[in-house]
Amino acid sequence: MASNASANVVRTGAGSRYVIYAILTLFCLYYLLPLYVMAVNSLKPLSEIQAGGMMALPSQWTIAPWQSAWSTAQIGVDATGLRPYFLNSILMVVPAVAISTVLGALNGYVLTKWRFRGDTIVFGLLLFGCFIPFQMVLIPMARMLGLMGIAGTVPGLIFVHLVYGIGFSTLYFRNYYQQFPTELVRAAMIDGAGFFMIFRRIMLPSSGPIAVVCIIWQFTNIWNDFLFGASFSDFDSQPMTVALNNLVQSSTGVKEYNVHFAGAIMAALPTLLVYIVAGRYFVRGLMAGSVKG
Amino acid sequence: MSMTVRSRSGNDWLRDALPRIVLSPSLVIVLVFVYGFILFTFYLSFTDSRILPSYGLVGWQNYSRLFSVRAWGIAVDNLLIFGSLYIVISCVLGLALAILLDQKIRAEGFIRTIYLYPMALSFIVTGTAWKWFLDPGIGLQAVVRSWGWESFTFEWIKDSDMAIYTIVIAAVWQTSGFVMAMFLAGLRGIDNEVLKAAQIDGASNWALYRRIVIPQLRPAFMSAFVVLAHMAIKSYDLIIALTGGGPGTATELPATFMYSYTFTRNQMGIGAASATIMLMSIAAIMVPYIWSELREKR
Repeated sequence: MASNASANVVRTGAGSRYVIYAILTLFCLYYLLPLYVMAVNSLKPLSEIQAGGMMALPSQWTIAPWQSAWSTAQIGVDATGLRPYFLNSILMVVPAVAISTVLGALNGYVLTKWRFRGDTIVFGLLLFGCFIPFQMVLIPMARMLGLMGIAGTVPGLIFVHLVYGIGFSTLYFRNYYQQFPTELVRAAMIDGAGFFMIFRRIMLPSSGPIAVVCIIWQFTNIWNDFLFGASFSDFDSQPMTVALNNLVQSSTGVKEYNVHFAGAIMAALPTLLVYIVAGRYFVRGLMAGSVKG
Repeated sequence: MSMTVRSRSGNDWLRDALPRIVLSPSLVIVLVFVYGFILFTFYLSFTDSRILPSYGLVGWQNYSRLFSVRAWGIAVDNLLIFGSLYIVISCVLGLALAILLDQKIRAEGFIRTIYLYPMALSFIVTGTAWKWFLDPGIGLQAVVRSWGWESFTFEWIKDSDMAIYTIVIAAVWQTSGFVMAMFLAGLRGIDNEVLKAAQIDGASNWALYRRIVIPQLRPAFMSAFVVLAHMAIKSYDLIIALTGGGPGTATELPATFMYSYTFTRNQMGIGAASATIMLMSIAAIMVPYIWSELREKR
């Protein structure tokens, strides 16, 4: 995204500027409202919510909902809280992101610097794979995971996310390496450097920004995934999103809204944190994933 | 730009083939797990599969049954309502916010950060937040009543006719900031000289935007449409978290229909047929888009 320096030349009067700031502030409140609702209600006793005090600050502050959501709330059949599922998500996300990013970098390198007949078709095939409705692969994937002996396990989920993550990671690195001066690669080749040598010594050292974009994108997508998690996990391998949904939808007993909100924030925290720390890269990834190139 | 580096023709076969060898695992994975699986599901849509895949061909029977099932009709209608409102509202809101944010606003970066953070959240989180916020018993309705407006009523989420609009509310909340960012990037790419010239000619701000700026945003509109349409067709998590498809089947979409027919109602053939229709609709949007993007690059 361009910097403020290039903001447009349209001039607005003082009166209309006041209105503009008012509208922009109003929308800040609109976007922050659900986060506010989740945060304040996760810190108050259930009775305050039931009494119609959802918008109010807690009159009695408590972290009990957080403790319950983390370690004692009923998820499915067990009263384990969300902790084991949070760990599942981490165990799933880290390898899936790492492997898909490395493969994406190698693919992007081949597709831009070692071009061959039909490489655009290969890229097109990879690219379209990013956008298919995954409903189209659920049935065969369930059988395939069974055949591979990793159905209902965290490694099974890693595999699924890896398979459907390659397209996007390749897209990022290909578009990035396309801007990288091919003369440098050519010169290194004339000096006798091989395929991997060039990748390690020339491409990788300048790949930092796109690697960050790719890692953030994959992390966000895989952490937030629900469809694959719901389809291919067992009770003990569920990722965080599926466990959160089970917590919220469970029909037994009193609905503990405060615990639900605490759980929702827990599920949101890792990606929110990434967004706050590295928002620029997050936005670049979003844009590159839509306005390609 | 097509700068091609061809490996010199040496007698070292491995050296020549190495790049393609490196690429091949990914290519094989995509061919098998994307295209092979698509073909498999497509094939299943013509079979008598129920709980498990079965290979007895039944012709177009699954498709004719699919289109005669009331639930599918509801799902498609819902997708049309949800999809069109979602796309139009997100675009209008996104464009309006982008234009307002493009007026040399102080703290622009901060405001942008707030508008965009919902994109980082899972739809399950968004769904949970809005589910309870829209719940008449404890959410908005209860709050407004507790403030003294006793007759205030907002029960869309419990109302079969209105529940689909709550999906629109939550989905717009999640993605409109992203659409704003796309339009803002488009606005920043517009040549200021043209605007200055029009200003000297005495054009009002409104005319400036309507005649010059907005027409130039066509690529941003195109991207926003493709992204939003594709997200609408794939919408699944949000429905599950927000309404579970209910009340009754009032907010079922094709994605939730496919899942329940395949995995809970044991009508895998029909489920596969519905997935095929979903793929076709997405392909109709994505293939021309990808095609044009790749052609431009050559």
